[in-house]
Amino acid sequence: MSKTVELPRWIDVGALPLLNLLLALVVSGLVVLAIGENPIQVVEILLYGAFGYEEAWGYTLYYTTNFIFTGLAFAVAFHCGLFNIGAEGQAYIGGLGVTLAALYLDFLPFPIMLVVAMLAAMIFGAAWAYIPAYLQARRGSHVVITTIMFNFIASSLMVYLLVNVLRPEGSMTPESEQIAEHLRLPFIHDIAGALGIEMASSPLNLSFVYAIVISVMVWLFIWHTRWGYAIRTVGANAVAATYAGLEPGRFIIIAMMISGALSSFVALNEVMGVQHRLLIDFTAGYGFVGIAVALMGRNHPFGIFLAALLFGMLYQGGAELSFEIPTISNDMVVVIQGLVILFTGAMEHMFRPRVTKIYTAWRLHQDAGEAA
Amino acid sequence: MHQMHGAGETGAVQPAIELRGIDKRFGAVHANKEIDLKVDKGTIHGIVGENGAGKSTLMSILYGFYQADAGTIHVDGKLCEINGSEDAIAVGIGMVHQHFMLVETFSVLENVILGVEGGAVLRDGVEKAREELKRLEREYSLNIDPDAIVGDLSVGLQQRVEILKALYRGAEILILDEPTGVLTPQEADHLFRILDTLKEQGKTVVLITHKLREIMAATDNVSVMRQGAMVAHRKTAETSPEELSELMVGRKVLLRLEKGEAKPAATVLKVDNLCVDNAQGVRKVKNATFTVRAGEIVGIAGVSGNGQSELLEALGGIRSASEGTVELNGQDVTPGKGVDAAELRRRGVAHVPEDRHRMAMVTAFSAKEAAILGYEDDPAYQKGGLLDWDAISAATANMMSEFDVRPDNPDLKAANFSGGNQQKLVLAREIMRDPELLLVGQPTRGVDIGAIEFIHKRIVAMRDAGKAVLLVSVELDEIMSLADRILVMCDGAIIGEVAASEANERVLGLMMAGVDPNEAKAAEGQA
Repeated sequence: MSKTVELPRWIDVGALPLLNLLLALVVSGLVVLAIGENPIQVVEILLYGAFGYEEAWGYTLYYTTNFIFTGLAFAVAFHCGLFNIGAEGQAYIGGLGVTLAALYLDFLPFPIMLVVAMLAAMIFGAAWAYIPAYLQARRGSHVVITTIMFNFIASSLMVYLLVNVLRPEGSMTPESEQIAEHLRLPFIHDIAGALGIEMASSPLNLSFVYAIVISVMVWLFIWHTRWGYAIRTVGANAVAATYAGLEPGRFIIIAMMISGALSSFVALNEVMGVQHRLLIDFTAGYGFVGIAVALMGRNHPFGIFLAALLFGMLYQGGAELSFEIPTISNDMVVVIQGLVILFTGAMEHMFRPRVTKIYTAWRLHQDAGEAA
Repeated sequence: MHQMHGAGETGAVQPAIELRGIDKRFGAVHANKEIDLKVDKGTIHGIVGENGAGKSTLMSILYGFYQADAGTIHVDGKLCEINGSEDAIAVGIGMVHQHFMLVETFSVLENVILGVEGGAVLRDGVEKAREELKRLEREYSLNIDPDAIVGDLSVGLQQRVEILKALYRGAEILILDEPTGVLTPQEADHLFRILDTLKEQGKTVVLITHKLREIMAATDNVSVMRQGAMVAHRKTAETSPEELSELMVGRKVLLRLEKGEAKPAATVLKVDNLCVDNAQGVRKVKNATFTVRAGEIVGIAGVSGNGQSELLEALGGIRSASEGTVELNGQDVTPGKGVDAAELRRRGVAHVPEDRHRMAMVTAFSAKEAAILGYEDDPAYQKGGLLDWDAISAATANMMSEFDVRPDNPDLKAANFSGGNQQKLVLAREIMRDPELLLVGQPTRGVDIGAIEFIHKRIVAMRDAGKAVLLVSVELDEIMSLADRILVMCDGAIIGEVAASEANERVLGLMMAGVDPNEAKAAEGQA
């Protein structure tokens, strides 16, 4: 017997996150007030910076692309009951895959190269996730601990490779050679230009479209395939999975490898789409923000898209903000982002009991009305 | 916060608890309909009703978990406002929950004083508590070592710790919610003796259960609930199980199962010298050897925890055999390498596990998702490489109508079905596969009377269709009424077999305690 009626979906995935977001903005506003700036003006600049002009849109969606990938990555592992904190490292190693493929197989024509680069990213990202997955599934080492450690290992490994192996001779910066021009992902503004539509230039590239395609595929995978069903079973009740003949360890490994492969697509966007070379720390925390994106989006691809858009907006609008108002430093923008993560991710259940209570009372009232 | 108003309104002896017009709704569900209840001081008062009849809701209101929409609670004749368990404790109400609220790594003493340590320095409180605990144990003959670690205690003893906790907090009225659900018959008997002692000492006990035998054996008065309403109050001495079950269900119920003679045919399951170890390497099943033939129900009786669960799980492919072999229709299916639950299902073994929530279903799933667990790779459920949810929905609807699962909504979350309906859905999933062998554990645990009758009939129907059935149950009544042959397990070994026609509770009880079957029968002969 449940204590109260279950909340309908529109409240669960719509009204509640919005309420949390609103609270985050109110608290952010207070912080802004405290340093002597006008919160209304800050919101205006933030929104203008994120959506106010064509180029801003491009940047917002470019950040969104990364968050979709890492959000999906986290969600797939989460459906299997795993807290994969390693998207950062998995994306980083995925970048190595993309770069190696692009640098050493540059004789391939673009469409084939694109598939090869994608596969290389997936294999490298999945392989990096495999080790913690194996340790969790077969040795019981907790994936939270091992994936954090693997982020550090990935970071050190990549610094070593960039400094000692991939750095072109004579270069002073630890980054790889540029990948050949014909192997780069086309920018959206270039595509639009080719179609005769004038668009401001931005880093937004084809991988945004790819992110949407992948979102649909993840949705199909989780709710419409046997493996997705098995992963959800393992995540919700591992004993029941064993009873059903679904060996939990096997699906833990599968879910983690898919998660790693999804993380690695950040490299597709960054290396093949924007930077055109492997940069040190190109993942820039996207993997970690992906956790908040997935939690806020209720681990559903559609929710993840919306949450990714929100964080894309915060990233781009935040950059504009620190540029426009000097007293609001970059750290201040991070504080605002942190508040959003805090209220929408970590404290997302704060309003739930109250909203449930109010909704229940309202429903009772309705039912009573109908009965009369 | 609790408030008390005025003294007793009437003279003479006040009832320990009086509920007047308690009403509670959860959305569309009317869980309690203007309930009136009087519980006399110094009595054991039973409340019976099917699962979902509103018993637990009512007690949760009394204990302060929920607040009633209307109605009043009077304790010892005084109006009380109970807004939380602290208020309930303050007016002397204690509750022993169905699922224990104990810290397993703590000692009994530490558990008892948890939350009422009395001061920042633990030692003073502990020493005072130890004295108090000794007194309580003597007074109520609870026989618990205060320094034992709770996790090491049997379920029956853990329950006594819960009772101690309530008494330590000064409870005058003790509510027990389905206390025997996890107990063996012997443990249950011991519990009832303790309750009698409590009564003699002037405490009041409210016993919530759906088992009529317990009501008849242990209570002074009984109240019956049905669909949220209080339908009858009786003196236990003046009623009968037949009358109570009729009141609970609202129609006449067949308490004894009618079934024809078994017509056993070829051997389906042949278990030879099977040994099963648990994760810690402790041998739980010791050299089990038996067969199950087509067209018969073989029951395994035993005190809970004597290896039946492990045996059933091994035969279902969830645990590996350490020694011995298992054959299904002459083919080796010894659980372990290459033979897991999925493989056994493919070979026609259906398994209804003992623990519905832990193993048989994912309660977070919808009914249709729960209805394909273990059969998700059935080609009938696939279309173009994806799961065909339309076909699955249709199949689930079919299971629901065939097994009378209510409500018959394949999209409803599994957790939102009552225990009986969850079990019917699991049975439908397994039985409608038309398996060669049905393994079934505790088929009616936590299931209401109406559904028990139905489930028993379906299991007998399996047998009559020429299938082999292996039944594990700790309910002797169930074993005796369903099984054609009864094996008794004790300490991991099968210590004997009794034909159902010769079985009675005494013989089985002795064997379950480890007495040699011949001696047990001889002892019965002398008696």
